[in-house]
Amino acid sequence: MRQGHQSWVFPSRPVIVGAAAIGGPFEAKGPLADDFDTLHGDLMMGQDSWEKAERVLLEEACDKAVEKAMLRKDDIHFLLAGDLTNQLITANFSARTLGIPYLGLFGACSTAMESLALGSLLVDSQSADYVLAATASHNGSAEKQYRYPTEYGSQKPPTAQWTVTGAGAAVIARQGKGPHVVAATIGRVVDMGLSDPFNMGAAMAPAALDTLEAHFRDLGLPHDHYDLVVTGDLGKVGHSILSELLPKHNLQIPLDRYQDCGRMIYGDNPVVWSGGSGCGCVATVTYGHLLNQMKAGKWRRILVVATGALLSPISYQQGESIPCIAHAVAIESEPNEEG
Amino acid sequence: MTFLWAFLVGGTICLIGQFLLDVVKLTPAHTMSSLVVAGAVLDGLGLYDPLIEFAGAGATVPITSFGNALVHGALAEAEKHGLVGIITGIFEVTSAGVSAAIVFGFFAALVFRPKG
Repeated sequence: MRQGHQSWVFPSRPVIVGAAAIGGPFEAKGPLADDFDTLHGDLMMGQDSWEKAERVLLEEACDKAVEKAMLRKDDIHFLLAGDLTNQLITANFSARTLGIPYLGLFGACSTAMESLALGSLLVDSQSADYVLAATASHNGSAEKQYRYPTEYGSQKPPTAQWTVTGAGAAVIARQGKGPHVVAATIGRVVDMGLSDPFNMGAAMAPAALDTLEAHFRDLGLPHDHYDLVVTGDLGKVGHSILSELLPKHNLQIPLDRYQDCGRMIYGDNPVVWSGGSGCGCVATVTYGHLLNQMKAGKWRRILVVATGALLSPISYQQGESIPCIAHAVAIESEPNEEG
Repeated sequence: MTFLWAFLVGGTICLIGQFLLDVVKLTPAHTMSSLVVAGAVLDGLGLYDPLIEFAGAGATVPITSFGNALVHGALAEAEKHGLVGIITGIFEVTSAGVSAAIVFGFFAALVFRPKG
């Protein structure tokens, strides 16, 4: 049900009955390693290309989420999935394996919350009983497609980010045990004219701000409503920019309750420059770490704002600026249900 | 003293390259080409040889010396064979570098499987 200009509230409170996070070898060394369901020691996942490896990640995440929901793949009515590769080959080819009726989505790194929002809408409107929302990214395939051939070993500035090798998936159901998806805000494309693909945090921060403003305006919520507001992959650079923008735009979100998945996933490791990024970043942190923390009772209400940089290698080479988007999804756990 | 000048001159050329990457925001390929062209222009103006005299490896190791070598070869052959010499001369002096890249590239490809 639409509320305000660009938000949905879900009166039936769809439930995330199963969620999974799969990671690669570098994620296994990060501070959130314990929150992954499976961690791979091999960046190739036993395949002969990075694209195939990314597919393994997505398929494993889907399988694991369905298994944790104690369902079979036949029970899932729709699969909403996306990734960063050209023509969505990871999601498309995984959907071929999974055999679930499928809609491919592209919102760059924001796809994780785009699919969760749309999946919840499908369930809430009784168009489906079970929806699987999944996204993946792979460091090798993203580097190769968006930047330089990896064997070329090109230098990067400190504002650059490290694409997460990982996949996250969630099964959304009409009822069951688990956290509820209560609302979502669909973002507008925001372009402040930045064109440096090695500083995407700065480019995406205004999009996150726009969606946050819309979310609190549409739902009429106090700014300290959420125990945690988390952005997708702004990294250290984007996180500090948004932390400055929030008070300037009269969004009094307590800054100690604002985090960023790109900062959380690798901690302070300087090797990743500004932090993690990619569809796999927000998906693995949300479906692994954050849902675990909600289960443990640390957070009751969280708002996940997944940010996406909608550039392509061609648009960048032609000197165009980077349009950005952010979608927000509010997840709540029942006070007496979890724990 | 020779080492110090080599270090300072070579380092300065690299610093200019880093500056082109980080501040001017050139791509790595554009940065490399710019330095080659800069070396060629400097030699055309007769300035690169004195720099090599002064800084030795500090001037011959960076990629700018490739531009210098291209112009050197072209000029030397042009004196002997005229206009056609410019075309053939470009590869005269630089052929060692170009061949080395091909040969070592071949051996590296035998040992490693570069896959991206």
